[in-house]
Amino acid sequence: MARPVPTDSTTLENRRARPAHTLARALVPLSGIAVLVLLWDVALSVGEGPFQLLPRPLAVVRAIGELAQKGFLLKHVVASLFRVTWGYVAAVVVGIPLGIVLGWYRRGGMAIAPLLEILRPISPLAWIPLAILWFGVGDISAVFIIFLASLFPLTLTAMNAVRGVELVHVNAGRNFGLRVPELLRRVIYPAILPQLLVGLRLSLGIAWLVVVAAEMIAVSSGLGFLIIDARNAGNRYDLVVAGMVLIGVIGIALDAMMRGLERSKALAWGYTSVNDAAP
Amino acid sequence: MTDKTAVKVRIQDLSKAFHTNGHEIRVLEDIDLEVRNGELVCILGPSGCGKSTLLNIVGGFLPASSGEVTIDGLPVREPDPRRIFVFQERGVFPWLTVEGNIGFGISDLPPKEKAARIAHYVRLVGLEGFESAYPQELSGGMKQRVEVARALAVNPDVLYLDEPFGALDSITRLVMRSELLRIWEAERKTILFVTHDIEESCQLADRIVVLSARPASIRRVVEVDMPHPRDLSSPRYLALRDSILEEIGLAHRI
Repeated sequence: MARPVPTDSTTLENRRARPAHTLARALVPLSGIAVLVLLWDVALSVGEGPFQLLPRPLAVVRAIGELAQKGFLLKHVVASLFRVTWGYVAAVVVGIPLGIVLGWYRRGGMAIAPLLEILRPISPLAWIPLAILWFGVGDISAVFIIFLASLFPLTLTAMNAVRGVELVHVNAGRNFGLRVPELLRRVIYPAILPQLLVGLRLSLGIAWLVVVAAEMIAVSSGLGFLIIDARNAGNRYDLVVAGMVLIGVIGIALDAMMRGLERSKALAWGYTSVNDAAP
Repeated sequence: MTDKTAVKVRIQDLSKAFHTNGHEIRVLEDIDLEVRNGELVCILGPSGCGKSTLLNIVGGFLPASSGEVTIDGLPVREPDPRRIFVFQERGVFPWLTVEGNIGFGISDLPPKEKAARIAHYVRLVGLEGFESAYPQELSGGMKQRVEVARALAVNPDVLYLDEPFGALDSITRLVMRSELLRIWEAERKTILFVTHDIEESCQLADRIVVLSARPASIRRVVEVDMPHPRDLSSPRYLALRDSILEEIGLAHRI
């Protein structure tokens, strides 16, 4: 008997024509950027007005070089990544178990979900004054803001994912004698993992958006600070745009990392926990 | 070994009603049934008559409104690994491989014994070569085998099968029925098999419990005194099928 091949070629993603050649496949996504950079350069060389204050692409490249040379590049990038890491990891550690429990215990979920729903649409940046009041200007405030920014989407993702778990799977787990802690670990957790991974990726994106804004106000390092400082300390718009480019590139890298996690077969069904794997 | 005349599952005066929006919907009424050790009993009834509800109560997933289910004389209060419920193939865990699924209920065994048990049931249901495949790579019939093997691996006394082959195509369904009989003859479990398919019940059962439409009560219990394998064109088989068709009130001409 031949193994049936899974065919999911019915989605738009898979239907889209792909350039056959590997080189072409690498060049197509870059061509859009190349055209934009070219237009940017041409526009600045012919136009007039306040837009002319925008640095030309080459100046931005030079600015990045300058940052790297003086050691600021590494310092600011590390500072931003450090804050995102701590705030995000704290949100994962708190938010996912909390969401699982809230999703499992309906009554607890019903009591707390409205509170989360009210807090969620408040921009994390609105917490900055309170964060500074509580933690002062510094890393802790920024980490706290990122923690809040990631916490709500992660908790709600986990909660809703648990509510969507197939009843047959829960019943099958109970039938094999699993009590609640084991049921959460061996049935609920693997069942919601694919959705969790999507939630993890989206909330890391939010965390990265928020860190830049938080750094403009609450601290004196990081890419957000670099941008606001470059403007305030002498209208160095080449450094401003350099900061923006760096933020974009690191954001893409973080997203690619999380997408890799989603795609990895070991994590997103079939996920096999140590205990469930046949020896 | 097992006493074939001993009563395994006893259902007494069982009734079930659901309450929705202030309305009471009576689903089961005064069900009395005894299932003997090692018996294969089919519960046959029209769609929506409440036969699945009955099986869920017997399995301990739903409480009864009144009456009682006892197994080996003890009342059923919750699901128990000694009695495994086989859902349609939807019950396999998509995040585990075939091996992971079959070994799900025996994670406490020493690794060697667990591996041997898994290998045994992989062979029994004919899934050699697919041990590390994930359910989404399998056909419906293969997923159904995984679920049966997962149930058998914990060595239960009783299997509850809720229209297990309902979602399969007709050829696979026939194959799966004879596979089930083969496994049943090898393992001699007590089996409660819910179906709406008259032919299916005539092919499989020692006894057929015919339920009425909702609220379901037992219309008749038919003893099927025919050894396996059954000849599906023999006069006896046809007479049995026709008598049940009549019982349900269907003319057997289309």
